[in-house]
Amino acid sequence: MAGLIDVAQGLDVETLRKDFPLLAQEVNGHPITYLDSAASSQRPRQVLDAMREYDETTHANVHRGVYGIAEEATHRFEAARVAVGRFIGAPNPSREILFSKNATEGLNLVANTWGRTHLHPGDSILLTEMEHHANIVPWQMLAEERELSIRWIPIDDDGALILDDLERLVDGVKLVGITCMSNVLGTLNPIGDIARVAHAAGAVVVADGAQSVPHLPTDVSTLGCDFLAFSAHKMLGPTGIGVLWGRDELLTPLPPFLGGGEMILDVRKEGFTPNDLPWRFEAGTPPITEAIGLGAAVEYLQAIGMESIRAHEIALTTYAMNTLAERFGDDIRIFGPKDPIQRGGVLSFAYRDIHPHDVSQILDQYGVCVRAGHHCAKPLMRRLGVNATARASFALYNNESDVDTLANALAETGAFFG
Amino acid sequence: MAGLEDLYREIILDHYRSPRNRGELPSPPAQRVEGFNPLCGDEIVVTLEVNDETVSDIKIGGTGCSISQSSASLMSAAVKGKPVTEVRDLIRTFKGMMSIHESTLPGKDSQDEADIEAREAQLLDVDSLGELAALQGVVKFPVRIKCATLSWNTLAQGLDEAEAESEAGSAGA
Ligand SMILES: Cc1ncc(COP(=O)(O)O)c(C=O)c1O
Repeated sequence: MAGLIDVAQGLDVETLRKDFPLLAQEVNGHPITYLDSAASSQRPRQVLDAMREYDETTHANVHRGVYGIAEEATHRFEAARVAVGRFIGAPNPSREILFSKNATEGLNLVANTWGRTHLHPGDSILLTEMEHHANIVPWQMLAEERELSIRWIPIDDDGALILDDLERLVDGVKLVGITCMSNVLGTLNPIGDIARVAHAAGAVVVADGAQSVPHLPTDVSTLGCDFLAFSAHKMLGPTGIGVLWGRDELLTPLPPFLGGGEMILDVRKEGFTPNDLPWRFEAGTPPITEAIGLGAAVEYLQAIGMESIRAHEIALTTYAMNTLAERFGDDIRIFGPKDPIQRGGVLSFAYRDIHPHDVSQILDQYGVCVRAGHHCAKPLMRRLGVNATARASFALYNNESDVDTLANALAETGAFFG
Repeated sequence: MAGLEDLYREIILDHYRSPRNRGELPSPPAQRVEGFNPLCGDEIVVTLEVNDETVSDIKIGGTGCSISQSSASLMSAAVKGKPVTEVRDLIRTFKGMMSIHESTLPGKDSQDEADIEAREAQLLDVDSLGELAALQGVVKFPVRIKCATLSWNTLAQGLDEAEAESEAGSAGA
């Protein structure tokens, strides 16, 4: 069955798994079954090699030296920026792609620059109940400081946003913060529809792409949002680097975020002149090796094709939802949309009344890595009426055998707790 | 490799399945304290009554994993009816048992288990812990230590608050 689906979609999982050294590891005497890519994905050799090759042959600081390798380092760093920009369809990649530390920092950048220049006491922000803390807390911090009010788009029992009331909710709102894909429910949100209503009301739309960019084709020229933040480490790249894309016309007038080297054109005793895009937002030495790694990750994803990756993950999610339902029936409750087309490859579940910590502890004994906890989405946990969930999440390198191993280990968990 | 049986001892599973002293005492007069594990969102509510320097009653509420729930249940059974000074000693000993893990963490010079156990026995009067010693295996699973200590930290806070209140009360009297 795995073969059929994979051939149909042109994704040869068995071959590409060999690109990922970590997948050959053993855990507690079992081959690893890595089902936590929503937290951080594994890296293919192509990424690891690109980073090492750069470090061994080319490393120097960027935008400073006139000597050969410094120029080459700068060239490769900027080429990575353009590659990432093209990957998400940015109209103007060399200006609109800002390198940050991670998605979290990108969202904080928007709050601290756009937020501070556009939001004033009494203004409102609209968020959704399914946001990650990274797209809640920066706004709460600003709300406290600026006396803003925060409204929330609620979710229904299937984990979809309730948008019937959107026009009323968005009325008078200056900014809408919304995740493209929930890291708990897997829900894919209709960013374009929401952005149309938001724009008509005069609001800007900040999208959290941390979960969607690694798994779905992304084209910011049609997506509808005005800013999009994501992290390299969830899309086969290294930790330590993330991306904020913003529309040129919105970024251009913004003040800097952090101050220091790189982000200035001139500094005098009386003051400073900020640099152009994108460097105005990149104070200090950037994560250069990591940018090279992100560039290689994007190249790897593009060579496989995001459409194929998405098709593979829909097939795998379907298989997983069916398998778990068949084997565990009412003992398992999967949160989020029932239709795999409406969701990404993230399955949060409750298994009987066994606490997610205990589930993941027993699964670990079988080499199965799943996440247990609140997934940095406590308002959502409260809405779901749970403290924590267990979460299995898929990437292009997962296969049906991973799902079967998960199901077998879950059966053992059930037996253990009697 | 630490096995599951190190973590999930029979006593632990028993206290998880049938927790002792479950519920909440009316507060006031009982002292009510909440503890949170920010890592997992687990939440514990300890209500206790302190009379004549003795923990005369205690109940445990909230939700959590088998380790946090059984630790809380075992704790409630161990401290109920005990003088506050003894309870404080017990908290110290229990937390001592839970902090020994540092020498067993990977990356440190690995000592064999017998070695570690000998050191533990030396440092702590584990025997004085009675059934609580069943939780000793948790130290081999460092991420779960916070689960085991949640109720104990919450109890310690409750004792501090009870003491502060009784001091304030007697100062006023
Ligand atoms: C939806 C979502 N947003 C934001 C983040 C934050 O990503 P990072 O920790 O890389 O900044 C995550 C990662 O957990 C996420 O899943």
